[in-house]
Amino acid sequence: MSNGPLIAYTKVGKTFANGGVVAVDDVSLDVAEGEFLAIVGGSGSGKTTLLRLANRLIEADRGSVTVEGEDVRNVDPIGLRRRIGYVFQSGGLFPHLSVGANIGITPKLLGWPAAEIAARVDELLELVQLDGGQYRERLPSELSGGQRQRVGVARALAARPRIVLMDEPFGALDPLTRDALGDDFRELHRRLKLTTIMITHDMTEALLLADRVAVMHEGRLLAQGTPGELSESNDPYVEKLLHTPRRQAERLGKLLPRDGAA
Amino acid sequence: MNLFSDPRWSEALAHLPDYLGNHVRVSLAALALGLIVSLPLAILARNRPVLRGALLGFASIVQTVPGLALLALFYPLLLVLAALTLSWFGFDFSAFGFLPAVLALALYSMLPVLRNTITGLSGVDPALTEAAQGVGMTERQSLFMVELPLALPVMMAGIRTAAVWVIGTATLSTPIGQTSLGNYIFAGLQTQNWVFVVFGCLAAAALALAVDQLLALIENGLRHRSRLRAALGGVGIAALVAATLVPAMARSASSYVVGAKTFTEQYVLAALIAQRLNADGLSATTRAGLGSSVIFDALKAGDIDVYVDYSGTLWANQFHHTDIRPREELLADLKSILAKQDITLLGDLGFANAYALIMPKQRAEALGIHTIADLAALAPSLSIAGDYEFFSRPEWAGIKQAYGLSFRTQRQMQPDFMYAAVASGEVDVIAGYTSDGLIAKYDLMVLGDPKHAIPPYDAVMLLAPKRKDDTKLRAALQPLLGRIDIATMREANLRAAGNDGSSSPDAVARWLWEKIGKK
Repeated sequence: MSNGPLIAYTKVGKTFANGGVVAVDDVSLDVAEGEFLAIVGGSGSGKTTLLRLANRLIEADRGSVTVEGEDVRNVDPIGLRRRIGYVFQSGGLFPHLSVGANIGITPKLLGWPAAEIAARVDELLELVQLDGGQYRERLPSELSGGQRQRVGVARALAARPRIVLMDEPFGALDPLTRDALGDDFRELHRRLKLTTIMITHDMTEALLLADRVAVMHEGRLLAQGTPGELSESNDPYVEKLLHTPRRQAERLGKLLPRDGAA
Repeated sequence: MNLFSDPRWSEALAHLPDYLGNHVRVSLAALALGLIVSLPLAILARNRPVLRGALLGFASIVQTVPGLALLALFYPLLLVLAALTLSWFGFDFSAFGFLPAVLALALYSMLPVLRNTITGLSGVDPALTEAAQGVGMTERQSLFMVELPLALPVMMAGIRTAAVWVIGTATLSTPIGQTSLGNYIFAGLQTQNWVFVVFGCLAAAALALAVDQLLALIENGLRHRSRLRAALGGVGIAALVAATLVPAMARSASSYVVGAKTFTEQYVLAALIAQRLNADGLSATTRAGLGSSVIFDALKAGDIDVYVDYSGTLWANQFHHTDIRPREELLADLKSILAKQDITLLGDLGFANAYALIMPKQRAEALGIHTIADLAALAPSLSIAGDYEFFSRPEWAGIKQAYGLSFRTQRQMQPDFMYAAVASGEVDVIAGYTSDGLIAKYDLMVLGDPKHAIPPYDAVMLLAPKRKDDTKLRAALQPLLGRIDIATMREANLRAAGNDGSSSPDAVARWLWEKIGKK
């Protein structure tokens, strides 16, 4: 399976019992090792459901999901989640635990020795550019939004996962913080040779960060590909999503001329 | 005069180790049992709406049952259970005192704990339980590492409410035989000893506050992950329990327990018996304020060793006879019936506390009334008052039938007010009690009963089955038999109804002994 995709969705479907809403409908999607995939869609598009099918926070009704070549149905969900990093919307940090305890939670669940966890926490704080001495013992409520999300990323990376799932990780942040955090994570992704799936409703963010972009709408996968491939799509919804970044880029290019700009 | 120089304060203080210790033990045992049952139930119910509804509904209904009634209900329930285990498994247990009190109070503590635990757990942000799943926690780990810690403040608020309720309600466990701070309140109310009432209330309130604050300290420590504070709170509670256990262990196990019902005369007689036993070198404690139906069963079960009951009460209430016998015959019959249950009727004290029709002496003489028979002709123009139960008791039916009585009006009154009412002429006749001290105080007259329509109510001393061959006990009690005449008992009751330092049961009992011991 060395050449196969690290995560593969094959004709996956999910219908929620309450109201019979078809959240994901016949979706097939491969994510290669080392790839950064962004899933873009509005609320109710099924993008979050699709993400959570990968670590069995949600179980598929139809089709199959494989992670590292194994059908997730045959894998213990607890073990699966411990080896896949997950970054939650606005952090999802446990408010009663310190920054250090939040970051070290998965290693603790895995039974790492305390000293090893402490060392790993320091390493991760450095990795997400937070000063350990200053932040390790703080509670999440004492952090800014951007700092909280950095801790969220550190927590996801704590048990050295190969795969990281991110659920609108930068959505609630101010534009500057968001930009800086996006770039920093992209760098981590490269350096740690991660395979990342990030969901976002922001096409601009998706285009700027990801290798490939998948577009979800009403439970269906409308298009997937590199930004270049996506721009060739003649799906009207995809065109609509691309319209905003295109127009913004044009207008910004005119408004902010700079020597040497392309 | 200094308010606290009243000797009743020091008397109240002398009881404190016993009453407070028992109160703490029964409250904390009930609270612990309530928590052990409620917490897992609440956790089980948090994701099961039907179970949750049923539990909260049940706990709410329990809460609407008055505390005293709930405690009283557990006593007969346990009696039946004890009888069943005896016949099935060959052992029984005491349905008296500690066990029914703990069970009823534990039930009482459940509502705030259940409600707050369920509310606290369901108030946890779903994003956080998702995050707990996402980082790889099992359901159990999520519960213990995330949900319970986050619900803790709300849960602790419930536990603290439960603790305060239980400590307050435990004062009501006195009538079912559990010694508590309620002993002050019940005794104080009966003997109009307001010092005791105030002392009992203050002690219960202080205990409730102390436990509440210790729990707050534990909560604070848990919330701020301060082991020191949590440990201090835990040590405080443990110290409270330990402190109350010490005097209990120091007390000799072989001490005699003297029972008393819930009225003044009984408090005085129990104090008198305890003093006599102590004077003979037998250690004795009193269990006062026991319900009329509880006390006989408690004696039978050996939870108390001796108490004073009345022949007519035993005849009608314990053995359900409706016929009326002459007093000698009744005593002899009772003695043999009781002997079959291994209970010793040691003898009568010399007076009777029967129902009687009572009028002011002057008025009766003016009307030429000496007996109930004389009253019959005038009754249609007179009014009568009785206590809350008298007019529905068989004695009243018997009197009416025997003498053909029919009054103009009949009223129900609080016993303490009846005597003043008849003395002032507000009513013409009252159905009072022959040994009541107020008869002498208001110069009233007990009307004769030539047809013997009112059953005799001789005060008799009963011994528990395990004491039937106890010669030392018999010897110590012997000097009391046949020695207390009705006039002496009335005077003792009148003294005990006063509201000063010499009106405590102990003081009146000493006076009574002075008076009869010299005869």
